[in-house]
Amino acid sequence: MDFYTVFWREMRVFQRTWWKFLASRLVSPVLYLTAFGWGLGRNIRTDSGSYLDFVVPGIIALSAMTTSFNATGNGVNMSRLYYNTLEEYLIAPISPASLVLGKVLAGTVRGLISSLVILVLGILFGARLAVTGWFFAVTGTTCFLFAALGVVAGMTINSHEDMANFSTFIILPMAFFCGTFFRAENLPGIVAGVVSILPLTHTSYALRLLAAAGTIPVASALVLASYAATFFAAAVWTVRRVC
Amino acid sequence: MIETRGLNKSYGQLRAVADLNMKIEEGEIFGLLGPNGAGKTTTIRMLTMLTRPTSGEAFIAGHEVSRDLDRVKRAIGVVPQHMNLDQELTARENLELHGRLHKMPAAERRRCIAELLAFVELADRADDLVSRFSGGMKRRLMIARALMHQPRVLFLDEPTIGLDPQARRRIWDLVRQMNGDGVTVLLTTHYIEEAEVLCHQVGVMDHGKLIALGTPAELKERVGRFAVESLNGGEAAYTLYGTREEALRSAGHLEGGVAIRETSLEDVFIQLTGRRVGG
Repeated sequence: MDFYTVFWREMRVFQRTWWKFLASRLVSPVLYLTAFGWGLGRNIRTDSGSYLDFVVPGIIALSAMTTSFNATGNGVNMSRLYYNTLEEYLIAPISPASLVLGKVLAGTVRGLISSLVILVLGILFGARLAVTGWFFAVTGTTCFLFAALGVVAGMTINSHEDMANFSTFIILPMAFFCGTFFRAENLPGIVAGVVSILPLTHTSYALRLLAAAGTIPVASALVLASYAATFFAAAVWTVRRVC
Repeated sequence: MIETRGLNKSYGQLRAVADLNMKIEEGEIFGLLGPNGAGKTTTIRMLTMLTRPTSGEAFIAGHEVSRDLDRVKRAIGVVPQHMNLDQELTARENLELHGRLHKMPAAERRRCIAELLAFVELADRADDLVSRFSGGMKRRLMIARALMHQPRVLFLDEPTIGLDPQARRRIWDLVRQMNGDGVTVLLTTHYIEEAEVLCHQVGVMDHGKLIALGTPAELKERVGRFAVESLNGGEAAYTLYGTREEALRSAGHLEGGVAIRETSLEDVFIQLTGRRVGG
Protein backbone atom coordinates (compact mmCIF):
# COMPACT_ATOMS: atom_id res chain seq x y z
CA MET A 1 0.00 0.00 0.00
CA ASP A 2 3.03 2.29 -0.20
CA PHE A 3 1.76 3.65 -3.51
CA TYR A 4 -1.29 4.94 -1.68
CA THR A 5 0.91 7.16 0.54
CA VAL A 6 2.43 8.74 -2.57
CA PHE A 7 -1.04 9.10 -4.08
CA TRP A 8 -2.39 10.50 -0.78
CA ARG A 9 0.16 13.34 -0.85
CA GLU A 10 -0.80 14.28 -4.41
CA MET A 11 -4.49 14.29 -3.51
CA ARG A 12 -3.91 16.48 -0.42
CA VAL A 13 -2.29 19.07 -2.65
CA PHE A 14 -5.02 18.64 -5.26
CA GLN A 15 -7.76 19.20 -2.68
CA ARG A 16 -6.13 22.51 -1.87
CA THR A 17 -5.72 23.70 -5.47
CA TRP A 18 -8.52 21.98 -7.42
CA TRP A 19 -10.29 25.22 -8.34
CA LYS A 20 -7.08 26.64 -9.84
CA PHE A 21 -6.57 23.37 -11.71
CA LEU A 22 -10.14 23.34 -13.05
CA ALA A 23 -10.03 26.98 -14.13
CA SER A 24 -6.73 26.52 -15.97
CA ARG A 25 -7.95 23.26 -17.54
CA LEU A 26 -11.07 25.01 -18.86
CA VAL A 27 -9.26 27.62 -20.92
CA SER A 28 -7.77 25.68 -23.83
CA PRO A 29 -10.71 23.27 -24.37
CA VAL A 30 -13.13 26.19 -24.46
CA LEU A 31 -10.87 27.84 -27.05
CA TYR A 32 -10.63 24.61 -29.09
CA LEU A 33 -14.35 23.95 -28.85
CA THR A 34 -15.20 27.51 -29.85
CA ALA A 35 -12.65 27.81 -32.66
CA PHE A 36 -12.72 24.33 -34.19
CA GLY A 37 -16.04 22.93 -33.07
CA TRP A 38 -18.38 25.80 -33.09
CA GLY A 39 -16.73 28.49 -35.28
CA LEU A 40 -14.66 26.78 -37.96
CA GLY A 41 -16.50 23.49 -37.78
CA ARG A 42 -20.05 24.78 -38.13
CA ASN A 43 -20.02 24.30 -41.88
CA ILE A 44 -18.02 21.10 -41.96
CA ARG A 45 -20.00 17.88 -42.33
CA THR A 46 -18.46 14.53 -41.64
CA ASP A 47 -19.88 11.14 -42.56
CA SER A 48 -20.77 10.52 -38.92
CA GLY A 49 -22.63 13.78 -38.30
CA SER A 50 -21.51 17.23 -37.18
CA TYR A 51 -17.85 18.25 -36.88
CA LEU A 52 -18.50 18.99 -33.20
CA ASP A 53 -19.39 15.30 -32.64
CA PHE A 54 -16.17 14.45 -34.47
CA VAL A 55 -13.86 16.85 -32.68
CA VAL A 56 -14.96 16.45 -29.03
CA PRO A 57 -13.48 12.92 -28.63
CA GLY A 58 -10.26 14.27 -30.19
CA ILE A 59 -10.09 17.17 -27.74
CA ILE A 60 -10.75 14.75 -24.86
CA ALA A 61 -7.85 12.60 -26.09
CA LEU A 62 -5.41 15.49 -26.35
CA SER A 63 -6.47 16.92 -23.03
CA ALA A 64 -6.06 13.54 -21.30
CA MET A 65 -2.55 13.41 -22.74
CA THR A 66 -1.36 16.93 -21.91
CA THR A 67 -2.89 17.06 -18.42
CA SER A 68 -1.53 13.70 -17.29
CA PHE A 69 1.87 14.25 -18.86
CA ASN A 70 2.26 17.72 -17.33
CA ALA A 71 0.96 16.62 -13.93
CA THR A 72 3.67 14.01 -13.41
CA GLY A 73 6.35 15.44 -15.73
CA ASN A 74 6.50 18.90 -14.22
CA GLY A 75 5.76 17.60 -10.72
CA VAL A 76 8.56 15.02 -10.73
CA ASN A 77 11.01 17.30 -12.55
CA MET A 78 10.45 20.19 -10.11
CA SER A 79 10.58 17.93 -7.07
CA ARG A 80 13.82 16.35 -8.31
CA LEU A 81 15.67 19.47 -9.49
CA TYR A 82 14.15 22.42 -7.71
CA TYR A 83 12.30 21.52 -4.50
CA ASN A 84 14.44 18.42 -3.73
CA THR A 85 11.32 16.79 -2.25
CA LEU A 86 11.96 13.63 -4.27
CA GLU A 87 14.73 12.76 -1.77
CA GLU A 88 12.11 12.23 0.92
CA TYR A 89 10.76 9.30 -1.14
CA LEU A 90 14.19 8.02 -2.17
CA ILE A 91 15.41 7.70 1.44
CA ALA A 92 12.13 6.10 2.58
CA PRO A 93 11.78 2.31 2.68
CA ILE A 94 9.40 2.14 -0.30
CA SER A 95 9.94 0.48 -3.66
CA PRO A 96 10.49 2.45 -6.88
CA ALA A 97 7.36 0.77 -8.31
CA SER A 98 5.24 2.12 -5.42
CA LEU A 99 6.57 5.62 -5.93
CA VAL A 100 5.86 5.50 -9.66
CA LEU A 101 2.42 3.95 -9.24
CA GLY A 102 1.36 6.62 -6.71
CA LYS A 103 2.53 9.45 -8.96
CA VAL A 104 1.04 7.91 -12.11
CA LEU A 105 -2.35 7.27 -10.50
CA ALA A 106 -2.46 10.88 -9.28
CA GLY A 107 -1.64 12.06 -12.82
CA THR A 108 -4.37 9.76 -14.14
CA VAL A 109 -6.94 11.29 -11.77
CA ARG A 110 -6.06 14.79 -12.95
CA GLY A 111 -6.23 13.69 -16.58
CA LEU A 112 -9.61 12.02 -16.07
CA ILE A 113 -11.05 15.09 -14.36
CA SER A 114 -9.95 17.37 -17.17
CA SER A 115 -11.38 14.91 -19.74
CA LEU A 116 -14.66 14.92 -17.87
CA VAL A 117 -14.72 18.72 -17.92
CA ILE A 118 -14.40 18.67 -21.73
CA LEU A 119 -17.01 15.97 -22.06
CA VAL A 120 -19.50 18.11 -20.11
CA LEU A 121 -18.52 21.24 -22.04
CA GLY A 122 -18.81 19.38 -25.36
CA ILE A 123 -22.30 18.21 -24.48
CA LEU A 124 -23.22 21.76 -23.43
CA PHE A 125 -21.95 22.96 -26.83
CA GLY A 126 -24.36 20.49 -28.43
CA ALA A 127 -22.24 17.43 -29.24
CA ARG A 128 -24.05 14.08 -29.23
CA LEU A 129 -21.85 11.38 -27.74
CA ALA A 130 -22.46 7.85 -26.50
CA VAL A 131 -20.52 7.64 -23.25
CA THR A 132 -19.90 4.08 -22.02
CA GLY A 133 -17.61 2.34 -19.55
CA TRP A 134 -15.19 1.57 -22.41
CA PHE A 135 -15.04 5.29 -23.19
CA PHE A 136 -13.72 5.96 -19.68
CA ALA A 137 -11.46 2.89 -19.76
CA VAL A 138 -9.75 4.15 -22.93
CA THR A 139 -9.46 7.67 -21.51
CA GLY A 140 -8.08 6.32 -18.21
CA THR A 141 -5.50 4.12 -19.97
CA THR A 142 -4.41 7.11 -22.05
CA CYS A 143 -4.01 9.21 -18.88
CA PHE A 144 -2.05 6.38 -17.22
CA LEU A 145 0.37 5.92 -20.10
CA PHE A 146 1.10 9.62 -20.51
CA ALA A 147 1.44 10.08 -16.74
CA ALA A 148 4.03 7.27 -16.83
CA LEU A 149 5.78 8.96 -19.77
CA GLY A 150 5.74 12.14 -17.65
CA VAL A 151 7.62 10.33 -14.89
CA VAL A 152 10.22 9.10 -17.41
CA ALA A 153 10.68 12.65 -18.74
CA GLY A 154 10.70 14.20 -15.27
CA MET A 155 13.30 11.73 -14.03
CA THR A 156 15.65 11.92 -17.02
CA ILE A 157 15.45 15.51 -18.30
CA ASN A 158 17.80 17.79 -16.40
CA SER A 159 16.37 21.27 -16.85
CA HIS A 160 13.02 23.01 -16.92
CA GLU A 161 13.88 24.38 -20.34
CA ASP A 162 14.36 20.90 -21.77
CA MET A 163 11.09 19.79 -20.18
CA ALA A 164 9.39 22.61 -22.09
CA ASN A 165 11.26 21.54 -25.24
CA PHE A 166 10.05 17.96 -24.82
CA SER A 167 6.48 19.25 -24.59
CA THR A 168 6.94 21.45 -27.65
CA PHE A 169 8.64 18.86 -29.88
CA ILE A 170 6.91 15.65 -28.78
CA ILE A 171 3.62 16.37 -26.99
CA LEU A 172 2.36 19.36 -28.98
CA PRO A 173 2.73 17.75 -32.47
CA MET A 174 0.91 14.66 -31.18
CA ALA A 175 -1.90 16.89 -29.92
CA PHE A 176 -2.50 18.07 -33.49
CA PHE A 177 -1.55 15.11 -35.72
CA CYS A 178 -2.90 12.10 -33.88
CA GLY A 179 -6.41 12.14 -35.31
CA THR A 180 -7.58 14.78 -32.88
CA PHE A 181 -8.89 17.48 -35.26
CA PHE A 182 -8.86 15.51 -38.51
CA ARG A 183 -8.39 11.91 -39.60
CA ALA A 184 -4.77 10.80 -39.33
CA GLU A 185 -5.17 8.86 -42.62
CA ASN A 186 -5.44 12.20 -44.43
CA LEU A 187 -1.78 12.96 -43.70
CA PRO A 188 0.84 12.34 -46.43
CA GLY A 189 2.06 8.71 -46.62
CA ILE A 190 5.13 8.48 -44.42
CA VAL A 191 3.78 10.92 -41.82
CA ALA A 192 0.55 8.92 -41.62
CA GLY A 193 2.66 5.79 -41.08
CA VAL A 194 4.54 7.33 -38.17
CA VAL A 195 1.40 8.82 -36.68
CA SER A 196 -0.43 5.49 -36.89
CA ILE A 197 1.90 3.91 -34.34
CA LEU A 198 1.62 6.76 -31.82
CA PRO A 199 -0.60 6.07 -28.79
CA LEU A 200 -2.76 9.18 -29.05
CA THR A 201 -3.87 8.18 -32.58
CA HIS A 202 -5.36 5.03 -31.10
CA THR A 203 -7.01 6.99 -28.31
CA SER A 204 -8.67 9.41 -30.77
CA TYR A 205 -9.74 6.56 -33.00
CA ALA A 206 -11.16 4.44 -30.17
CA LEU A 207 -12.91 7.32 -28.42
CA ARG A 208 -14.50 8.51 -31.67
CA LEU A 209 -15.73 5.04 -32.48
CA LEU A 210 -17.10 4.52 -28.97
CA ALA A 211 -18.75 7.97 -28.91
CA ALA A 212 -20.58 7.05 -32.14
CA ALA A 213 -22.02 4.02 -30.30
CA GLY A 214 -19.53 1.61 -31.87
CA THR A 215 -17.70 -1.26 -30.17
CA ILE A 216 -14.22 -1.13 -28.67
CA PRO A 217 -11.50 -1.52 -31.35
CA VAL A 218 -9.49 -4.37 -29.81
CA ALA A 219 -6.24 -3.65 -31.67
CA SER A 220 -6.19 -0.02 -30.48
CA ALA A 221 -7.02 -1.07 -26.92
CA LEU A 222 -4.10 -3.52 -26.98
CA VAL A 223 -1.75 -0.88 -28.38
CA LEU A 224 -2.71 1.49 -25.57
CA ALA A 225 -2.30 -1.20 -22.90
CA SER A 226 1.15 -2.09 -24.30
CA TYR A 227 2.26 1.55 -24.24
CA ALA A 228 0.97 1.85 -20.65
CA ALA A 229 2.93 -1.23 -19.53
CA THR A 230 6.10 -0.16 -21.38
CA PHE A 231 6.09 3.42 -20.10
CA PHE A 232 5.34 2.24 -16.57
CA ALA A 233 8.28 -0.18 -16.66
CA ALA A 234 10.51 2.56 -18.08
CA ALA A 235 9.40 4.94 -15.30
CA VAL A 236 10.25 2.37 -12.62
CA TRP A 237 13.64 1.87 -14.24
CA THR A 238 14.41 5.61 -14.21
CA VAL A 239 13.62 5.75 -10.47
CA ARG A 240 15.53 2.55 -9.66
CA ARG A 241 18.60 4.06 -11.34
CA VAL A 242 18.84 6.80 -8.71
CA CYS A 243 18.02 4.86 -5.54
CA MET B 1 27.17 2.44 14.93
CA ILE B 2 28.61 3.93 11.75
CA GLU B 3 31.71 2.59 10.06
CA THR B 4 33.32 3.21 6.70
CA ARG B 5 36.05 1.10 5.13
CA GLY B 6 38.04 2.55 2.27
CA LEU B 7 35.10 4.62 1.04
CA ASN B 8 35.77 6.43 -2.25
CA LYS B 9 33.80 8.68 -4.54
CA SER B 10 35.18 10.02 -7.80
CA TYR B 11 33.56 12.30 -10.35
CA GLY B 12 35.76 11.77 -13.41
CA GLN B 13 39.23 13.00 -12.43
CA LEU B 14 37.99 14.59 -9.21
CA ARG B 15 38.20 12.52 -6.04
CA ALA B 16 35.44 13.95 -3.87
CA VAL B 17 36.08 11.45 -1.06
CA ALA B 18 39.34 9.49 -0.89
CA ASP B 19 39.79 6.30 1.09
CA LEU B 20 37.65 7.27 4.08
CA ASN B 21 38.01 5.08 7.16
CA MET B 22 36.14 6.11 10.28
CA LYS B 23 34.19 4.62 13.12
CA ILE B 24 31.47 6.34 15.10
CA GLU B 25 30.31 4.79 18.37
CA GLU B 26 26.69 4.54 19.49
CA GLY B 27 25.48 7.62 21.39
CA GLU B 28 28.12 9.97 20.01
CA ILE B 29 27.72 13.35 18.39
CA PHE B 30 30.31 13.17 15.64
CA GLY B 31 31.22 16.25 13.64
CA LEU B 32 32.80 16.26 10.19
CA LEU B 33 34.57 19.60 9.97
CA GLY B 34 36.03 21.10 6.84
CA PRO B 35 35.74 23.86 4.25
CA ASN B 36 33.16 23.82 1.47
CA GLY B 37 34.08 21.18 -1.08
CA ALA B 38 36.02 19.05 1.43
CA GLY B 39 33.77 16.03 0.75
CA LYS B 40 31.54 16.23 3.84
CA THR B 41 28.23 16.29 1.98
CA THR B 42 29.36 13.57 -0.43
CA THR B 43 30.20 11.42 2.60
CA ILE B 44 26.72 11.93 4.07
CA ARG B 45 25.09 11.29 0.70
CA MET B 46 26.95 7.98 0.40
CA LEU B 47 25.96 6.96 3.93
CA THR B 48 22.31 7.82 3.20
CA MET B 49 22.28 6.10 -0.21
CA LEU B 50 21.62 9.23 -2.23
CA THR B 51 25.00 8.78 -3.95
CA ARG B 52 26.67 5.47 -4.80
CA PRO B 53 30.29 5.10 -3.67
CA THR B 54 32.86 4.41 -6.38
CA SER B 55 34.39 1.81 -4.07
CA GLY B 56 34.55 0.80 -0.42
CA GLU B 57 31.99 -0.16 2.18
CA ALA B 58 29.85 1.62 4.74
CA PHE B 59 28.01 0.06 7.68
CA ILE B 60 25.19 1.55 9.74
CA ALA B 61 23.88 -0.29 12.79
CA GLY B 62 25.61 -3.41 11.50
CA HIS B 63 24.06 -3.31 8.02
CA GLU B 64 26.09 -2.70 4.87
CA VAL B 65 24.53 0.33 3.22
CA SER B 66 24.28 -0.82 -0.40
CA ARG B 67 23.29 -4.43 0.39
CA ASP B 68 20.77 -3.91 3.19
CA LEU B 69 18.98 -0.87 1.85
CA ASP B 70 15.64 -1.18 3.61
CA ARG B 71 17.08 -1.92 7.07
CA VAL B 72 19.46 1.02 6.76
CA LYS B 73 16.64 3.30 5.60
CA ARG B 74 14.64 2.39 8.70
CA ALA B 75 17.62 3.01 11.03
CA ILE B 76 18.52 6.49 9.79
CA GLY B 77 17.02 9.97 9.75
CA VAL B 78 18.38 12.57 7.36
CA VAL B 79 18.35 16.36 7.51
CA PRO B 80 19.98 17.60 4.29
CA GLN B 81 21.73 20.91 3.89
CA HIS B 82 19.12 22.31 1.50
CA MET B 83 15.47 22.80 2.39
CA ASN B 84 13.55 19.81 1.08
CA LEU B 85 10.26 20.04 2.94
CA ASP B 86 7.09 19.74 0.89
CA GLN B 87 6.05 23.38 0.72
CA GLU B 88 2.63 22.54 -0.63
CA LEU B 89 1.82 20.67 2.58
CA THR B 90 1.37 21.86 6.15
CA ALA B 91 3.86 21.09 8.92
CA ARG B 92 1.59 18.33 10.22
CA GLU B 93 1.13 16.84 6.74
CA ASN B 94 4.89 16.76 6.16
CA LEU B 95 5.28 14.64 9.29
CA GLU B 96 2.21 12.57 8.38
CA LEU B 97 3.68 11.81 4.93
CA HIS B 98 6.98 10.77 6.48
CA GLY B 99 5.23 8.53 9.03
CA ARG B 100 3.16 6.87 6.30
CA LEU B 101 6.24 6.34 4.11
CA HIS B 102 7.80 4.53 7.09
CA LYS B 103 4.66 2.45 7.57
CA MET B 104 3.88 3.75 11.06
CA PRO B 105 0.41 2.84 12.33
CA ALA B 106 -2.09 5.73 12.49
CA ALA B 107 -2.22 6.00 16.30
CA GLU B 108 1.57 6.04 16.58
CA ARG B 109 1.77 8.65 13.82
CA ARG B 110 -0.61 10.94 15.68
CA ARG B 111 1.31 10.54 18.94
CA CYS B 112 4.72 11.15 17.35
CA ILE B 113 3.48 14.16 15.38
CA ALA B 114 2.11 15.81 18.53
CA GLU B 115 5.29 15.05 20.50
CA LEU B 116 7.68 16.21 17.80
CA LEU B 117 5.81 19.40 16.96
CA ALA B 118 6.00 20.27 20.66
CA PHE B 119 9.68 19.26 20.74
CA VAL B 120 10.59 21.67 17.94
CA GLU B 121 8.16 24.31 19.22
CA LEU B 122 5.94 24.37 16.16
CA ALA B 123 2.72 23.01 17.71
CA ASP B 124 0.92 26.32 17.21
CA ARG B 125 1.86 26.40 13.51
CA ALA B 126 1.05 22.74 12.83
CA ASP B 127 -1.61 23.44 10.21
CA ASP B 128 0.14 26.27 8.39
CA LEU B 129 1.66 25.66 4.97
CA VAL B 130 5.42 25.24 5.19
CA SER B 131 5.90 27.89 2.48
CA ARG B 132 4.99 30.49 5.14
CA PHE B 133 7.71 29.38 7.59
CA SER B 134 10.98 31.18 8.36
CA GLY B 135 14.35 29.51 7.72
CA GLY B 136 14.78 28.50 11.36
CA MET B 137 11.26 27.04 11.57
CA LYS B 138 11.81 25.02 8.39
CA ARG B 139 15.09 23.66 9.75
CA ARG B 140 13.38 22.64 13.00
CA LEU B 141 10.57 20.96 11.11
CA MET B 142 13.14 19.06 9.02
CA ILE B 143 14.67 17.75 12.25
CA ALA B 144 11.24 16.75 13.55
CA ARG B 145 10.51 14.96 10.28
CA ALA B 146 13.81 13.07 10.37
CA LEU B 147 12.98 11.89 13.91
CA MET B 148 9.42 10.76 13.08
CA HIS B 149 10.23 7.07 12.62
CA GLN B 150 12.50 7.04 15.69
CA PRO B 151 15.80 6.43 13.89
CA ARG B 152 18.89 5.29 15.79
CA VAL B 153 21.20 7.46 13.71
CA LEU B 154 20.59 11.01 12.59
CA PHE B 155 22.51 12.71 9.77
CA LEU B 156 22.58 16.49 9.84
CA ASP B 157 24.27 18.18 6.89
CA GLU B 158 25.25 21.73 7.89
CA PRO B 159 22.28 21.97 10.27
CA THR B 160 22.68 25.67 11.07
CA ILE B 161 23.85 27.09 7.75
CA GLY B 162 22.23 30.44 7.04
CA LEU B 163 20.55 30.71 10.46
CA ASP B 164 20.82 33.64 12.87
CA PRO B 165 22.69 33.04 16.17
CA GLN B 166 19.49 32.56 18.17
CA ALA B 167 18.03 29.98 15.78
CA ARG B 168 21.44 28.27 15.68
CA ARG B 169 21.45 27.84 19.48
CA ARG B 170 17.96 26.35 19.41
CA ILE B 171 19.13 23.77 16.88
CA TRP B 172 22.12 22.94 19.10
CA ASP B 173 19.77 22.44 22.06
CA LEU B 174 17.62 20.10 19.96
CA VAL B 175 20.65 18.08 18.87
CA ARG B 176 21.83 17.71 22.47
CA GLN B 177 18.35 16.68 23.64
CA MET B 178 17.87 13.98 21.02
CA ASN B 179 21.39 12.75 21.61
CA GLY B 180 20.44 12.52 25.30
CA ASP B 181 17.55 10.30 24.20
CA GLY B 182 20.07 7.90 22.68
CA VAL B 183 20.25 9.00 19.03
CA THR B 184 23.71 8.81 17.46
CA VAL B 185 24.37 11.99 15.49
CA LEU B 186 26.66 12.57 12.52
CA LEU B 187 26.75 16.21 11.51
CA THR B 188 28.83 18.17 9.06
CA THR B 189 29.77 21.76 9.61
CA HIS B 190 32.17 24.40 8.52
CA TYR B 191 31.46 26.41 11.66
CA ILE B 192 34.30 25.83 14.11
CA GLU B 193 32.20 26.81 17.11
CA GLU B 194 29.54 24.26 16.23
CA ALA B 195 32.02 21.40 16.22
CA GLU B 196 33.63 22.74 19.37
CA VAL B 197 30.54 23.06 21.57
CA LEU B 198 28.45 20.22 20.20
CA CYS B 199 30.63 17.29 19.17
CA HIS B 200 32.17 14.52 21.23
CA GLN B 201 34.37 13.51 18.30
CA VAL B 202 35.55 15.58 15.37
CA GLY B 203 36.88 14.40 12.03
CA VAL B 204 38.69 17.07 10.03
CA MET B 205 38.25 16.73 6.27
CA ASP B 206 40.12 18.49 3.51
CA HIS B 207 40.27 17.72 -0.22
CA GLY B 208 38.21 14.54 0.30
CA LYS B 209 40.56 13.12 2.93
CA LEU B 210 40.09 12.66 6.65
CA ILE B 211 43.22 14.39 7.98
CA ALA B 212 42.61 14.19 11.73
CA LEU B 213 40.25 12.44 14.11
CA GLY B 214 39.70 12.83 17.86
CA THR B 215 37.89 14.73 20.59
CA PRO B 216 38.19 18.53 20.33
CA ALA B 217 40.53 18.45 23.38
CA GLU B 218 42.75 15.75 21.82
CA LEU B 219 43.03 17.64 18.56
CA LYS B 220 44.03 20.82 20.36
CA GLU B 221 46.49 18.88 22.50
CA ARG B 222 48.08 17.60 19.35
CA VAL B 223 48.97 21.07 17.99
CA GLY B 224 49.51 22.76 21.39
CA ARG B 225 46.89 24.00 23.81
CA PHE B 226 48.04 27.62 24.08
CA ALA B 227 48.42 30.25 21.40
CA VAL B 228 50.55 33.35 21.66
CA GLU B 229 49.38 36.12 19.36
CA SER B 230 51.53 39.08 18.60
CA LEU B 231 51.22 42.16 16.48
CA ASN B 232 54.49 42.54 14.69
CA GLY B 233 54.78 45.67 12.54
CA GLY B 234 51.04 45.68 11.84
CA GLU B 235 51.01 41.98 10.92
CA ALA B 236 49.31 39.50 13.25
CA ALA B 237 51.14 36.23 13.87
CA TYR B 238 50.74 33.44 16.36
CA THR B 239 52.55 30.40 17.63
CA LEU B 240 51.16 27.38 19.49
CA TYR B 241 52.67 25.90 22.65
CA GLY B 242 52.02 22.72 24.59
CA THR B 243 51.95 24.31 28.07
CA ARG B 244 50.99 27.63 29.60
CA GLU B 245 54.55 28.08 30.93
CA GLU B 246 56.09 27.74 27.49
CA ALA B 247 53.56 30.20 26.11
CA LEU B 248 54.26 32.71 28.90
CA ARG B 249 58.00 32.38 28.44
CA SER B 250 57.77 33.02 24.73
CA ALA B 251 55.37 35.94 25.24
CA GLY B 252 57.92 37.53 27.60
CA HIS B 253 60.43 37.77 24.75
CA LEU B 254 58.02 39.52 22.40
CA GLU B 255 57.64 43.25 22.04
CA GLY B 256 54.45 45.18 21.29
CA GLY B 257 50.89 43.83 21.78
CA VAL B 258 50.86 40.20 22.92
CA ALA B 259 47.89 37.97 23.85
CA ILE B 260 47.81 34.42 25.19
CA ARG B 261 44.69 32.35 24.58
CA GLU B 262 43.59 28.75 24.44
CA THR B 263 43.90 27.02 21.10
CA SER B 264 40.69 26.68 19.05
CA LEU B 265 39.74 24.06 16.46
CA GLU B 266 40.34 26.79 13.90
CA ASP B 267 44.03 26.81 14.91
CA VAL B 268 44.04 23.03 14.60
CA PHE B 269 42.64 23.28 11.11
CA ILE B 270 45.14 25.93 10.05
CA GLN B 271 48.02 23.86 11.45
CA LEU B 272 46.84 20.80 9.58
CA THR B 273 46.08 22.41 6.24
CA GLY B 274 47.83 25.75 6.19
CA ARG B 275 44.49 27.41 5.47
CA ARG B 276 41.49 28.74 7.35
CA VAL B 277 38.25 26.67 7.31
CA GLY B 278 36.43 29.42 5.45
CA GLY B 279 39.26 29.90 2.94
